[in-house]
Amino acid sequence: MKNTISQRVADFLKNFPPFNGLKDDDLQHLSEQITIIYQEKDSIIFTEKELGHDHFYVIHKGAVSLSRKTNNTIVDMCDEGDIFGLRPLMANENYELEAKAHEESILYAIPIAIFKPLALHNTAVGNFLIESFASNTRNPYSKNHRGKLYSDSTESDKNTSELPLVDLQPVHYSKKIISCGPRTTVKKAAEIMTTKRVGAIVIVKDLLPIGIITDKDLRNKIVTGDYPITTAVSKIMTTPVITYPKNLTITQAQMAMMKSNISHLCLTKDGTVDTKLVGILSKHDIMVALGNNPAVLIKAIKRAKKVKHLKPVRKSIMGLLQGYLASNIPMTLITKIISELNDACLKQVIKISLEKMETKPPVKFAWLTLGSQGRSEQMLHTDQDNALIFEDVSEEMLPKTTTYFLAFSTLVTQGLNEIGYEYCPAEMMASNPQWCLSFSEWKKTTSHWIINPGVDEVLLSSIFFDYNLVYGDVSLVAGLSEHIFYTVKKYPIFFVHLAKGALQNPSPTGFFRKFLVEQDGAHKDTFDVKSRALRPLTDAARVLILSHSIKSINNTAERFEKLAELEPNNKEIYMACSYASKALLKFRTKQGLANNDSGRYIALNNLSKEEKIKLKRTFKTIKEIQELVTLRFQLKSM
Amino acid sequence: MFQFFKKNKAELPQFWKDYELKFKDKMSDDLEDKTFCVLDTETTGFDYSKDRILCIGAINLRQRRIEIKDGYEVFIVQQVYGKDAAPIHGILKNSLIPRLSELEALEQFVNYVGNSIIIAHHAIFDLNMINNALLRNGLPELKNTYLDTSHLYKKTIIKSNLITKKEHYTLDELADKFTISKKDRHTAMGDAYITAILFLKILNKLQESGKKVTLKDLLK
Repeated sequence: MKNTISQRVADFLKNFPPFNGLKDDDLQHLSEQITIIYQEKDSIIFTEKELGHDHFYVIHKGAVSLSRKTNNTIVDMCDEGDIFGLRPLMANENYELEAKAHEESILYAIPIAIFKPLALHNTAVGNFLIESFASNTRNPYSKNHRGKLYSDSTESDKNTSELPLVDLQPVHYSKKIISCGPRTTVKKAAEIMTTKRVGAIVIVKDLLPIGIITDKDLRNKIVTGDYPITTAVSKIMTTPVITYPKNLTITQAQMAMMKSNISHLCLTKDGTVDTKLVGILSKHDIMVALGNNPAVLIKAIKRAKKVKHLKPVRKSIMGLLQGYLASNIPMTLITKIISELNDACLKQVIKISLEKMETKPPVKFAWLTLGSQGRSEQMLHTDQDNALIFEDVSEEMLPKTTTYFLAFSTLVTQGLNEIGYEYCPAEMMASNPQWCLSFSEWKKTTSHWIINPGVDEVLLSSIFFDYNLVYGDVSLVAGLSEHIFYTVKKYPIFFVHLAKGALQNPSPTGFFRKFLVEQDGAHKDTFDVKSRALRPLTDAARVLILSHSIKSINNTAERFEKLAELEPNNKEIYMACSYASKALLKFRTKQGLANNDSGRYIALNNLSKEEKIKLKRTFKTIKEIQELVTLRFQLKSM
Repeated sequence: MFQFFKKNKAELPQFWKDYELKFKDKMSDDLEDKTFCVLDTETTGFDYSKDRILCIGAINLRQRRIEIKDGYEVFIVQQVYGKDAAPIHGILKNSLIPRLSELEALEQFVNYVGNSIIIAHHAIFDLNMINNALLRNGLPELKNTYLDTSHLYKKTIIKSNLITKKEHYTLDELADKFTISKKDRHTAMGDAYITAILFLKILNKLQESGKKVTLKDLLK
């Protein structure tokens, strides 16, 4: 029987092949027979060699990894709308791969008994299946050429799991062609290019490409004053255009561009100027096809108009991180690059959210990241901690202004959640009224923490005082920092409490230099690298650097380097701390990438002897810095 | 009193006697063995005595699976009609959806729910509505164990002095928190589906700390 949910399922499925080829009635009927399954993260859907289920699966929400157990390689990562586990059912074989929920996922299980006759009687569906099963060489870099149906065949996977010959892959070009007529003014054309954020515009007459204008043409011919901006584009365009057929390989495209010294290729139906324009290929597209590099990713981030466009970019950033770690690039550099990219994502989410608001912000504001993000130490997707400051307004305007910024912050935090940042379990987010305050309110709040340093207040300040401006007005943040230093000077006892907080996590080794491991819970017998090793260092760095009244440096390793400069007599220990914090961060990041989690808990059994020694070496440093803090703030006598 | 009850029992319709029989066997405490009935009602308003149920939507949840064809949706003919609620659920008094009398709908529902554990958001409201309808038709109250997702959510909030727990959390609020699509909000079955996903996500969160969660833990 048709019901609300079966209709919703049908609405979802009809956007994806092969279901888009089904008749409405058939799709409705099929949807009524579907089972909706909730898979928690890391749960197994089917294993290698397992007998085929009665269903195949479509991902509604989340992601599923298909992997081969024998060599532990992920063969494929399926996203929303992707199908998996169908081929073995069609061929009556057992599963050849293991399917595991990479994220918390919701799946639609579609009964093969009902789907098979539909597929056999419907040419559109049948053809899609044949094509997907046959085209075993799918290009992992080009989403466009990626069959939506994942084969489970061993042979095909060999091609994809080893690095394919990228050069000979077909390129992914943009089908959305930005064009204008020959009589358009240059000014208008430039406006179109700006709003569409492209570097070239094609001049089209009767659907045929007759010329092209690039940023370079505008610079060379207009900005120099040779032509007025009211000139028709046909006067300055490069003509004729260089055209190619659409099934160009990456290498061919690169060579074509080098040969003619141009940055854009027009792709037409048969490759000549006399047929319809089907796409345009830029140098940027080639860079993307060649793989990930930070410049390309930054560009992709800035081009994103919707939050969901950022999701694949975030995945690429993780890929980049993995590559950097594998090639042993210095951690300082890795942190810089990855933080820049994460920061760019954040800024873009904020920009997109601002555009979603009906009105412009009533006053200036500043968006702050706190905690590890504020310290640029967040490599993996962890929780989001953030806050918002807005300019002071009159008392009667305050409620209205607060409401505006709360609504805005809610949009941003939702956006961040969508791209992989979990909500902060302690609600330290700008969408919480306590973390979205006016300048004066923030001054009051921080004063309260400093003057009454109880356990909660010290904890709050230790998270908040690592704030970092991501977006908005710099003077608000500078003003707040100034206020904080002014207040702590008046109440120096605050440092003593902050220092005491820094010593709450004792040295990580116990008797006989054994690791202290978790006693119970889900993480029993694992080592909590975050709270036992990283946090003592971070906390020590914070209290020491703040006691020198320095707010501009947030990163723990950099703070220690600055301290080494400020106190030459302690240089040795500070440099050791700087090194230790980098080493531990790298450790945690690697662990997190390997286990698809935050990397916080380390199973000691999985560590090599060398790794254990490395880890223990940092513990000695932690002990020394804790002793230094004890002495400096005279905590022994308290 | 006992006498009255006994006499009354003899007059109960067959379907009710069948329903009561389903509760004879003691249930295990393992959540994996359980069938949950996630439900939501659309009503003419919020007054238990004056207002009436217009629609009951429910889905069965077993081992984290929802079979779409097992979904249950029934519209009820009512003489009472709340103008204020109509814009929310969109059920008009004389619309063409096939509808049952209250007693017919209750019989169907009681057969459907059996001895499964009822889950609803602010469950007390839906249960009171249903129990009042049963009472009007000379029937006793539902015997099912029930869980309230609004209450369960509070168990996931970490213990910290920094967070002030609210008394109530709306379904909208929690759907946002857990990024669940709100497309079918305010249809009984759509809300039941959102509640089911919410329940699964809450359960997942509770199990994150590694402990096996039993029914007893949830009922606490």
